Amino acid sequence: MRLRRKGDGGVFEADLTPMIDMTFQLIAFFMVIINFAQTEQNDKVKLPDSSLVKAPDKPFEHQVIVHLTQDGRAIVSGQMMFIDGMGIILGREARALEITQNRVSDATIVVRAHKWARAGDVQRLIKKCQEYGFEKFALRAEGRQGIPKYISGR
Amino acid sequence: MKIRHSTSSGQDKIELQMTSMIDIVFQLLVFFVMTFKIVAQEGDFSINMPQASPQSAPPDQVEFPVLKLYLESNGGALSGITLQNEGFGNDTATAYKALNARIIEHIGTDSGPGSNQETAQIEIGFDPDLHYEHVIGAVTAVSGYKRDGKVVKLIEKIQFLPSAGGGPSTVTP
Repeated sequence: MRLRRKGDGGVFEADLTPMIDMTFQLIAFFMVIINFAQTEQNDKVKLPDSSLVKAPDKPFEHQVIVHLTQDGRAIVSGQMMFIDGMGIILGREARALEITQNRVSDATIVVRAHKWARAGDVQRLIKKCQEYGFEKFALRAEGRQGIPKYISGR
Repeated sequence: MKIRHSTSSGQDKIELQMTSMIDIVFQLLVFFVMTFKIVAQEGDFSINMPQASPQSAPPDQVEFPVLKLYLESNGGALSGITLQNEGFGNDTATAYKALNARIIEHIGTDSGPGSNQETAQIEIGFDPDLHYEHVIGAVTAVSGYKRDGKVVKLIEKIQFLPSAGGGPSTVTP
């Protein structure tokens, strides 16, 4: 790409080829490491950290992710509600599992609770899920080790 | 960027305009930069918590007495950790390490068949208003420790004492 200024006879040439090369390098970098997988994160929830947890080898076969905010409100499928009001959504999830001929007791409730949430609220949430037949729970924590994960999307 | 192709007479020219492609490339780059997000790895402590009454291991299989751990709260902050009536203070920086060391003393370092690690159990109770992070910290302290970059497991059977209904649960680190 050449930039020419006419009139005074001078020619300004700026070779932008290296810049374009670097741009392509950056794009290739982002395309290689990007991960569009749904991580079900929520900005309202800051997880506690633990040095022992590690990312699971594979996701749970049937999982329901429940976020618990600091003030004790649950967020399921993008809807915020009180723990006592989770019955409708939990019942719907249980029915969906039964329709697809899966056992509710085989599904896993992934509990992403804020680190400053009341422990009693976490127990109440677990108890509420138990009422609808859920038996497996996963308490999610942030790992302190390893490489951070790069994801795309907000 | 111009690509010139000249014949012997120098009259034929083929020009390719790359400006549009560069514009799209920058659009893509801006998209990736704007949507790029770095998050920490997340892991799980798995719990099995059936609604039915808890099934404890048959007496003849329980060779190690059940340890009892209680976490006290003061407005959400950790005010005390008690294991078998032994206190560890409330300084999270040292209390969990001391708890972990005490668990190692109780359990030992053997992990093979017939070791205490296979049969050890612990029950964790806590004040309802305790911050959840302290529960996770206690579970981490009793679950194991890291040695040479590898996780050495301590107690695998961790139960939460119910606060209001519900049976005890078993946590699997």
